[in-house]
Amino acid sequence: ENIIFKAVKAARKAFELGSTWRTMDASERGRLLNKLADLVERDRLILATMETIDGGKLFSTAYLMDLGACIKTLRYCAGWADKIQGRTVPMDGNFFTFTRHEPIGVCGQIIPWNFPLVMFIWKIAPALCCGNTVVVKPAEQTPLSALYMGSLIKEAGFPPGVVNIVPGFGPTAGAAISHHMDIDKIAFTGSTEVGKLIKEAAGKTNLKRVTLELGGKSPNIIFADADLDAAVEFAHIGLFYHQGQCCIAGSRIFVEEPIYDEFVRRSIERAKKNTLGDPLKPGVQQGPQIDKEQYNKILDLIESGKKEGAKLECGGGPWGDKGYFIQPTVFSNVTDDMRIAKEEIFGPVQQIMKFKTVDEVIKRANNTTYGLAAAVFTKDIDKALTFAAALQAGTVWVNCYSALSAQCPFGGFKMSGNGREMGEYGLHEYTEVKTVTIKIPQKNS
Amino acid sequence: MLRAVVRGSRLCPALLRAPFSAAAASPIPAPNPRPDIAYNKIFINNEWHDAVSKKTFPTINPSTGEVICQVAEGDKADVDKAVKAAKAAFQLGSPWRRMDASHRGKLLNRLADLIERDRAYLAALETLDNGKPYAISYLVDLDMVVKCLRYFAGWSDKFHGKTIPMDGDFFCYTRHEPVGVCGQIIPWNFPLLMQAWKLGPALATGNVVVMKVAEQTPLSALYVASLIKEAGFPPGVVNIIPGYGPTAGAAISSHMDIDKVAFTGSTEVGHLIQKAAAESNLKRVTLELGGKSPNIIMSDADMDWAVDQAHFALFFNQGQCCCAGSRTYVQEDIYNEFVERSVEKAKARVVGNPFDFKTEQGPQVDEDQFKKILGYISTGQREGAKLLCGGSAAADRGYFIQPTVFGDVQDNMTIAREEIFGPVMQILKFKTIEEVIERANDSKYGLAAAVFTKDLDKANFVSQSLRTGTVWINCYNVFGAQAPFGGYKASGKGRELGEYGLEAYMEVKNVTIKIPQKNS
Repeated sequence: ENIIFKAVKAARKAFELGSTWRTMDASERGRLLNKLADLVERDRLILATMETIDGGKLFSTAYLMDLGACIKTLRYCAGWADKIQGRTVPMDGNFFTFTRHEPIGVCGQIIPWNFPLVMFIWKIAPALCCGNTVVVKPAEQTPLSALYMGSLIKEAGFPPGVVNIVPGFGPTAGAAISHHMDIDKIAFTGSTEVGKLIKEAAGKTNLKRVTLELGGKSPNIIFADADLDAAVEFAHIGLFYHQGQCCIAGSRIFVEEPIYDEFVRRSIERAKKNTLGDPLKPGVQQGPQIDKEQYNKILDLIESGKKEGAKLECGGGPWGDKGYFIQPTVFSNVTDDMRIAKEEIFGPVQQIMKFKTVDEVIKRANNTTYGLAAAVFTKDIDKALTFAAALQAGTVWVNCYSALSAQCPFGGFKMSGNGREMGEYGLHEYTEVKTVTIKIPQKNS
Repeated sequence: MLRAVVRGSRLCPALLRAPFSAAAASPIPAPNPRPDIAYNKIFINNEWHDAVSKKTFPTINPSTGEVICQVAEGDKADVDKAVKAAKAAFQLGSPWRRMDASHRGKLLNRLADLIERDRAYLAALETLDNGKPYAISYLVDLDMVVKCLRYFAGWSDKFHGKTIPMDGDFFCYTRHEPVGVCGQIIPWNFPLLMQAWKLGPALATGNVVVMKVAEQTPLSALYVASLIKEAGFPPGVVNIIPGYGPTAGAAISSHMDIDKVAFTGSTEVGHLIQKAAAESNLKRVTLELGGKSPNIIMSDADMDWAVDQAHFALFFNQGQCCCAGSRTYVQEDIYNEFVERSVEKAKARVVGNPFDFKTEQGPQVDEDQFKKILGYISTGQREGAKLLCGGSAAADRGYFIQPTVFGDVQDNMTIAREEIFGPVMQILKFKTIEEVIERANDSKYGLAAAVFTKDLDKANFVSQSLRTGTVWINCYNVFGAQAPFGGYKASGKGRELGEYGLEAYMEVKNVTIKIPQKNS
């Protein structure tokens, strides 16, 4: 907690009027972010290796996908830095009115362990491009890549105090951030349970602005007219990617009755193809879960599935004699009231349920307190657009899953979160709007 | 002016402050005044071509009047070839059309990297062909080129269309598509910078380009063409043709397969371009034309700063700026002192070899401009303006003109109404703010203007009242890639730079899809 106080002091100082950071050209902020991207590109191998060892991520995925996303996100936000524009506003009366889009100030950012580096970049890039200073707490499970970024941030030339990184635990360091009276905004990615604590703490203390990216139980709806091969593959990756440890995991797969049996059959076949092992080695498609706590939680939910009457099609238990590996698991004949259909598992456990009609599946898909993502597979234009409107989710995919890119806003409806990250929308959360109204002798249009 | 920069005084023009601090950290590399000319042909499909006619024309070094080299002379046949290549590069399914928008930005950033790499060479080439002082080419022109390209690189994946809540059971959205084949005709006063101002928005938004560079200054833009290839732009995306206005330029403005033309140059030619566009295929037109910009000095202005800025406003780039502050209106209380100080400053201006770091003013760009300016000077004298300093050629060789100041200028004099485009300053007297606004607006032009005052109300009143695309307050010639620039009235139409600069390069398509039931 003491360290958090030191970090906030440093961040506050770097944000003072007249500081290097406050007086810097916006385009120069962009240049620094691009420089940071250059350095991440230079050290791509080291960072990917760190992600794999610390996070249990497949190395090829870390190198190609995670690091690729980091570089693109940094460059995307770099481009926005000198394009954050206020307005001049024709108000009534003899006034000249304009808005300034100012940085909010000192931003506390708490990031999770499932995509350590990507989440780190998703947090600092928009914050810095808008001119804020940050205090970042990486997850205790995966602090290494964030700390390495600290050295690159210094090398890139960011002034001291603009980015401060404090590894630690949630109940101590995290709580210190969410309760801090001199932090202007907090951004958190993690579980819904902790998200609620964060928002409560903000309300109890200084009403700091809050954005949250929380859990999900995302529905993936497959119609009989879908391209079945593509649907099976997307549904598989949509669930099993990174050992199921994705907030957007498509963990409720609704399959239209006529193709249900075939879909289940192909999904089992697909799940069985995955080789488990050391994520640093090539030829491995699934690594370990992040830690013992998650491992136990997932196994417990698998048992509940068995007990509550879902049909275990494959997997269903641990794998190997060391580490936190769990067999790719598929449940069919899942019904909406089962725990595995309601609770976020965050593991390699796929639920497949059956549906008959459009109205029914819309209701069932939306029948959750979550609302992060959703997908529909169909060739029919009317169905596609109906679901695009009807699904209560921050992202709706049509004939694909997990398609994300820095230009697209991302975030949750309902208890999956507050606010959006990425895209132009993501900047709103890091901007404070000031209206300036100047009396003038006579206004002319 | 450069001396002031070197001394690091408070008076150094805003334009130079930022690049100077970069230069203070690392000195400007010494120029090679005889740079090798590697590229002097026509650039089509990432290849170099002779003119179809095999003709060439000379490009001249304005410091000496000597020929630098011959350059391929493009004409209608070459424009046709270039347009064909551009069209092919723009076809549905082409690498350029299918490219991620973010990747277009990456290519623009790569081009900026390469220009940074070859900065000294390009600055020397620019000075050789145009005559502007090398230190300025290096610190100002090249700095702004790189910043412009990087700025537009950032926009490439951010100019969003909209989804729109229209009445009825419809899903409605807009696509912001590239316009298509863009003809771009650029002038000789800021060759590299004008090229960047044109390429940046056009390429960021996914268009393909057929660019005609000025016959006076083709060399630096042609070198950049080689960098465009090196950066990885697909063939046909950018095509560059050196040539003359009445031939290659006219071929572009009347071409049936060019979707849009962007022109920077004189108002006289601007009329021709717009006519040709109307008579051919109604191609979209944007124009950046001439100006006779008023610079208004109120009596409460900071005198030192106002004199310095007014001098910079007129004399920068040898007076060859579309937005030059060529009508300096000084409030009567301070008129005499202002005139005296301005003359002193003009007399101290160092004219000479642009490769010399001491030089503040190089030659005018060619013999045509040289003669035209001297003509205006004698007209000024004939019509009764008071010649206070300068007034003649400054050397026996090359197109150098002495920094010239006229006092007691009246609004109806030729030198107060027509664009001189040379180092000739007009100072006029005014009494009241209402009077000067009326006089300032009494012009067919409307490119830029400035007011120097400490008073908040005066500043707001003047900036509101002037019919010009840019109003500078307590500064002049301040440009940023982020800020839109363009003219009211006969100074042009449309805006370049900033987010606004993207609009001319986008065609909006509305897609409306019937849906079973719309929900908000």
